[in-house]
Amino acid sequence: MIYSPYYNVLVVFIALIGIITLISLLAIFLGPKKENQAKKEAYECGIPSPHTAQQKLSVKFYLVAILFILFDIEVIFLYLWALNFQELGWFGIIEIFLFLGILLVGYLYILQTKALDWES
Amino acid sequence: MTIIFSIIVFAMVLIVGFHVAPLMTWVERRQCAFIQRRVGPNRVGIFGFTLFGLGQPIADAVKLLFKEDGNPSYVQPFFYFIAPLIPSVTGLAALMVIPFGAQDTFFGTVFSPQVLSVGAGFLLFFAMSSMSVYGVTLAGWSSNNKYSLLGGLRASAQMISYELGMGLSLIPIVLIYQTLDLQQIVYAQSHSYLFGFLPDWGIFRAPVSFFIFLITIFAETNRLPFDLAEGEAELIAGFLVEYGGMRWSLFFLGEYAMMFAFSGLISCLFLGGYSLPYLTHESLIHIVQPILGSFGSIAVFLIEFATLIVKMSIIMLIFVQVRFTVPRFRYDQLMKLGWVTILPLALINLFVTALVLGYSSFK
Repeated sequence: MIYSPYYNVLVVFIALIGIITLISLLAIFLGPKKENQAKKEAYECGIPSPHTAQQKLSVKFYLVAILFILFDIEVIFLYLWALNFQELGWFGIIEIFLFLGILLVGYLYILQTKALDWES
Repeated sequence: MTIIFSIIVFAMVLIVGFHVAPLMTWVERRQCAFIQRRVGPNRVGIFGFTLFGLGQPIADAVKLLFKEDGNPSYVQPFFYFIAPLIPSVTGLAALMVIPFGAQDTFFGTVFSPQVLSVGAGFLLFFAMSSMSVYGVTLAGWSSNNKYSLLGGLRASAQMISYELGMGLSLIPIVLIYQTLDLQQIVYAQSHSYLFGFLPDWGIFRAPVSFFIFLITIFAETNRLPFDLAEGEAELIAGFLVEYGGMRWSLFFLGEYAMMFAFSGLISCLFLGGYSLPYLTHESLIHIVQPILGSFGSIAVFLIEFATLIVKMSIIMLIFVQVRFTVPRFRYDQLMKLGWVTILPLALINLFVTALVLGYSSFK
């Protein structure tokens, strides 16, 4: 197997997951155990809880998630260009400005359709 | 030998990461008290030595460890149990990306005080910081509590919105230093001078990036004024409502470790990292070597480590100061700030930096 520094990421992750899991397990064994019904209830407000909160959400959250994916891919492209800035020269700058210009039209459309307006 | 050195550095960073959360809770309470003209926790001590109440975090940690591990009956067990692990693992892993000193040779072996020195550099850091959102969101969703769900949702929407500004604000830094490797960025910052007298730090090269990045890390780490995910006044404690004891504190361990890691990143990108101003690694070795001989490189490593810790601590104090100075945003204002102000500002900053750099390097 060829050595790559990225294997260290895996090793560090496994070690950290082990340590943190150990701590949380330790707390389970060290603490007292006194259970009662009131303790197990959801901490909401006096009236009986419906025991679920997983219901329909505002569509705004989905919109934000979709917009995020679009713009995040843009950011990743920009990193690739930024790393090769010196080799690409003016060609790279003009191309990336064109790319950003097209995305900017989309951004203005988003603003105009009030997709980011949280008051409505 | 290299493996032993790596394990030592890993353990060192881990110890630092684990001590940040308890120490910062004490610092935060003391600083808050001074801002509000109170004394704050100053009583707990060991054998009569109170040391301004520094025993308080130890007492808190012991208390949290021996607290009952609450087990509410309406949660989704699997996700409820793994959710606190995610922020703490990713927070500590992000801390491993920070270089705590320059690469050098100790007793003939290469010693690198950066645990994860990969080519992707701080993109790996971003991967970790983005993954910590899963912990908050899963905690909110699996708790089966309205407040938790709202907190988790808000946290996820807020973090992904501010991630764009964060990613865009660092592109000028990549343009200037032409690398993603933090070690090389710090090297470039300590080995040249701007206008002949200023150290070539990122904050002087790209001040707008610095401020955008500083604002976005407040949102990314869920700190006031952007802590809508756990706003006490409206959501009790947001995604933390159903948590208690050690699992609750794992969230805080993660949050403080992530804050500390972000302070490290901002120090490395904008404030010269582990380097002292006007003193390069080589000149430090040159000064220390005649006095300490072959232990000189260890002394230099300790100096650099201390320098970085001081810089990170200053950023941490700014975090606390802002927390008790600026009021909390409303949610629509927060989203508006992220999408309508910070995103275009970061893009304009990028345009200007690219044009100036292009003009000065290609003519």
